[in-house]
Amino acid sequence: MREFDYQRASDVAGAVALLGADPDTRFLGGGTNLVDLMKSGVERPARLVDIRELPLDEIEPTPDGGLRIGATVTNGDLAAHPEIRRRYPALAQAVLAGASGQLRNMATVGGNLLQRTRCGYFTDVTKPCNKRVPGSGCPAIEGEHHNHAILGASGHCVAVHPSDMAVALAAFDAVVHFHAADGPGQSPLADFYLPVGDTPHRETALPPGALITHVTLPPAPVAARSRYRKVRERASYAFAIGSLAAALDVRDGVVQDARLAFGAVASRPWRAGAAERVLIGAPADAGTYAAAADAELAAARPLPHNGYKVELIRNLVVAVLSELAEEAAR
Amino acid sequence: MRKKQLMTSSTSSVITLKINGEKHTLPVDHRTTLLDALRERLDLTGTKKGCDQGQCGACTVLLDGRRAVACLQLAVAAENREITTIEGVADGDRLHPVQQAFLDLDGFQCGYCTPGQICSAIGVIEEHAAGWPSAATSDVRPEAGPPPLSAEEIRERMSGNLCRCGAYVSIVEAVARAAGVQADERRGEDVPAGKGAAA
Repeated sequence: MREFDYQRASDVAGAVALLGADPDTRFLGGGTNLVDLMKSGVERPARLVDIRELPLDEIEPTPDGGLRIGATVTNGDLAAHPEIRRRYPALAQAVLAGASGQLRNMATVGGNLLQRTRCGYFTDVTKPCNKRVPGSGCPAIEGEHHNHAILGASGHCVAVHPSDMAVALAAFDAVVHFHAADGPGQSPLADFYLPVGDTPHRETALPPGALITHVTLPPAPVAARSRYRKVRERASYAFAIGSLAAALDVRDGVVQDARLAFGAVASRPWRAGAAERVLIGAPADAGTYAAAADAELAAARPLPHNGYKVELIRNLVVAVLSELAEEAAR
Repeated sequence: MRKKQLMTSSTSSVITLKINGEKHTLPVDHRTTLLDALRERLDLTGTKKGCDQGQCGACTVLLDGRRAVACLQLAVAAENREITTIEGVADGDRLHPVQQAFLDLDGFQCGYCTPGQICSAIGVIEEHAAGWPSAATSDVRPEAGPPPLSAEEIRERMSGNLCRCGAYVSIVEAVARAAGVQADERRGEDVPAGKGAAA
């Protein structure tokens, strides 16, 4: 590991000033991804600015009836919070489906959004990777890609975003708030992760040197009946090979409102807008759910070894929406 | 001389760690993890190094009472925190209920993962007592109330601790027993003096 300077920030503006525009400096939150990447040499910062003690660890109601989640709230505290569990249960479930209890107690909301892909070529510094070394190539396209993207990828990168939490946040129209050198700013989560294109090393819309301060969730009555379901290669403590955050409001057998987002299928949490448009106003039955999934998955471009994800996501959509509709009918 | 160089370098610091209630001041290279500081610098070798990547849980300690992996925690960033290691969980000669349960029920074979398992289980029992749900909880809404600490719940909550000997069956039993003992003790705190649940 490269030697590095370490400084502890005492306020947000000070943290942003400390970091400046230095590309060799990183903010340190829980460290569960950054420290791991520093050990493997993927990240080689010359300086860390520790932001864990900043006063960004609260979950508070917003005036419009939503919630404001501080950037240094741990995943553990987020999933345990009564208002998250009551109003956005799929978000609590998504967080609980990720990592282990130990890691959830360390990892923060801001860091969760900014965590890097677990693509084996990205994390192995002896291999080419366009995300890590722009222009060096993408061995995953011809190589090991059974857990890579089926949506929104490019010929330059097929890696997936590993977060569970972000999938639920995408379904519920979360907004990412940050503090940059020129002051505060915000970005809807839908626009926060950049298209892959030929710049897979540019991952987010966060301005250089900016610090995520909090995430807001607008009020979403439909989210009260929501679910996160994750499929992985063992029963617990593994990254998803496919996941779904879903919310459904059914009245008189007709879908009134619906939210769907897919995980582990793209470089970002994949909000399934085409599927939602099929659902809303349609009869709440398995045929509708399958048609909704198909509308979204029409854009899927699977690789030779990850075609199973298309059927997996389709089955998840039908199963989870059927369960939510059945619960609504009780 | 070397110490002075370390103290003035921008890549090292003199830090004070509060471990098991005791303060330790030491110079550290910023790259030092809490795990390496405990084992290599402070002779607290109860905390074990398994994968060193946050995947096995052998290095689990308690930070401010919450379980965490010491291998991904930089020592310099652990200043200002209450660190509890396996050396600090017993009350003098009286073992922690989780330690006693692991002994009584053979919750280990080789013992290498055991300090991490025990620290993690202490955290699990606290989290459960605080009403935290898990991925095994069917209804996470607070109105549903806390789930019973079933074997399924224990397995899910302890999934961050690997045991290469495969002592999982006994580990689950030990965590369940210790949780029951601690629940009894908690209830005991509310009863009048002399009628505690110490028996």
